[in-house]
Amino acid sequence: MASVKALQENIVNSQIWKSVFRVGIPNTNRKRVLAVLGSLILHLHPVKVRRSGVRMSYTWCMGGTTFFFFLIETVTGLLLMFYYRPTIEYAFTDIMDLREQAPFGIMREMHRWGAHAMVIAVWLHMFRVFMTGSYKPPREFNWNVGVILLVLTLLLSFTGYLLPWDQLAIWAITVGSSMARATPGAGNEGPMSGLIKLGDIRLIHAGDDARFGLIGGRSIGAATLLRFYVLHCVAIPLVAGFLMAIHFWRVRKDGGISGPL
Amino acid sequence: MTFLKDYINVLSAASISFLLLSSTFGCIVYFNLLEGRLRSKGGSIFIGLGVAYVIAGLFIRPLLYLAVAYFLVMFGLAHLGGRLWDKKVGKWLLFVGIVGFFVSFLDPNFYLIAAKPDNVPIGAMIFLLGIFTWIALRKAYLNDKQIQAGGIPWEKTETNEKLFVWPDLVYTEMLCMILLTVVMSVWSVALRAPLEEAANPTSSPNPAKAPWYFLGLQEMLVYFDPRLAGVVLPGLIIVGLMAIPYIDTNPKGNGYYSFRERKWEIGIFLYGFLVLWSFLIITGTFLRGPNWNFFGPYEYWDPNKLVPLVNVDLSELVWVNWLGMPLPKLWPIREMFGILLVIGYLSLPPLLAARPFRRFYLKMGPARYYVGSFLFLVMMALPIKMVLRWLFNLKYIVHIGELFFNV
Ligand code: HEM
Repeated sequence: MASVKALQENIVNSQIWKSVFRVGIPNTNRKRVLAVLGSLILHLHPVKVRRSGVRMSYTWCMGGTTFFFFLIETVTGLLLMFYYRPTIEYAFTDIMDLREQAPFGIMREMHRWGAHAMVIAVWLHMFRVFMTGSYKPPREFNWNVGVILLVLTLLLSFTGYLLPWDQLAIWAITVGSSMARATPGAGNEGPMSGLIKLGDIRLIHAGDDARFGLIGGRSIGAATLLRFYVLHCVAIPLVAGFLMAIHFWRVRKDGGISGPL
Repeated sequence: MTFLKDYINVLSAASISFLLLSSTFGCIVYFNLLEGRLRSKGGSIFIGLGVAYVIAGLFIRPLLYLAVAYFLVMFGLAHLGGRLWDKKVGKWLLFVGIVGFFVSFLDPNFYLIAAKPDNVPIGAMIFLLGIFTWIALRKAYLNDKQIQAGGIPWEKTETNEKLFVWPDLVYTEMLCMILLTVVMSVWSVALRAPLEEAANPTSSPNPAKAPWYFLGLQEMLVYFDPRLAGVVLPGLIIVGLMAIPYIDTNPKGNGYYSFRERKWEIGIFLYGFLVLWSFLIITGTFLRGPNWNFFGPYEYWDPNKLVPLVNVDLSELVWVNWLGMPLPKLWPIREMFGILLVIGYLSLPPLLAARPFRRFYLKMGPARYYVGSFLFLVMMALPIKMVLRWLFNLKYIVHIGELFFNV
């Protein structure tokens, strides 16, 4: 035991360690405060939290779980991007190769199950927040940020669903996107869309309506694949990541995890 | 065993499982989270409902099954009373659920659907929803009891006690991460991600399903015109969620679990979240087969299953079937009954504001009251239309093909 302790001391006192972690082992209250304040990642937390807010039985750790799944998705997704080309010729065969050739390849599995899990976790998180009344003042705004994050989570999952380019993928997206046709005023079969005219010419038709904009064509095809790929790998994760930063910051600024006053 | 399976197949018919779920939910909420107050005023409502099921069952055969199941559930709940929230009872319920699930796996038809890799997480979700609902309501029940006895909710005993993030919170997070990593790894090794044949735009599968989290919306297409179900209603779900903190001004129950102090809010939210959103997803995933026909959990997904298309619009029902006249040509006349019904439905809030709901109206103010009740009515339109469709084959209440407007 003594030698382990000595080794630990040695490591912690080395120049390398000290250059990375400023405070050493956080074994006094002062050092604990400094450890949290001094680290970019940890300082998303406040220094001290309410006891009830730390309890798993109160938060179910569901927000954190959602975020962790987001991180898993980021890492595994990045690895998948090494193998995957978003074109009609290659998309399916790349996934096929990944399945047949990559040794110990479970990245696609992790990515898919992680996506399902993230959706379930975000619902449970919302459920917890509701049941503890945590959307009440002063946390109204953060609830709203949360709702947008919920929508983005679903969109992330939805755009990713198309990428394997198998039967499951294109037909699910066909069903899921056909609804956009009926958007009021913006889909070619939507109510009021027929009223938007220039003289006798209908301005909203199958070649320019909301569905066309979503899938980049009159039916699911190469343009849709590219579009969903960019949305899935770049646009939505960036926006979601940004909003998550706001979400976490707000949790702090609204007085930490909610508790009775 | 076969008898039991047949029984469950019939009971799970869309209409029936929904009615059973809704009324059980109603019992739980009404009895203030079950303190066994079955003889109170509300108790008679639910007894009445059960009797209604029996009478209806004399005409619509499967409803008789429902009546039996309903009384069994009611009896069980009333018997358990507040003990439903005991840890021991909770564990038993979970145990029964898990055993039931795994026994069901022995059935080949059940296995075929439930064991699809993509459906496994949704099966798990059913249990997670059950477990977490139980946990939340149990905590609420315990806190309510404390508060009623003049005490404080347990969270309050700890509000002033502050812990350092390092080590307490950081360690909890760390443990969560390790646990989740293990779970994810095991899951990923055990189940392969599905990959079907390469995309083929000319051959559509039957049934063609949206991704699972949108199956509730796809199921809504059965009851509503795509213009409503596909765009307007999902939009209103998002708006409604965002509006919650601004409509609910009840200052109580902020930061701790409770039920008594927020009966209405919790009742409405849970109804939307569990009975509508989650139940419809589960239905869409496990119980909707080829041609979007309904199948019981132990039923084979027969692509040739014939379901007679007998849905009628309200206008046809009234003019042709009841009054014995041909349908009027002009739509304002043809649809007048439906239009009146819808107007009547939407004018409930102003009517109720005058008398029975005066209390709410004054407390919330006009803007909150009207926005809130409008959103609530839109939400309740779904179960209303579901029941009308299932029990009376009613298609649209208002059907104005001329204007692309259907309700
Ligand atoms: C990508 C999605 C989301 C992530 C990563 C996320 C993450 C978090 C985390 C880590 C917390 C700290 C407390 C906890 O773990 O419970 C939190 C709190 C909170 N979240 Fe989320 N969240 C997400 C979505 C949502 C949604 C959908 C809602 C509501 C509709 C929401 C509303 C809130 C609110 C109001 C709080 C403060 C709760 C309190 O103080 O008790 N969040 N979120």
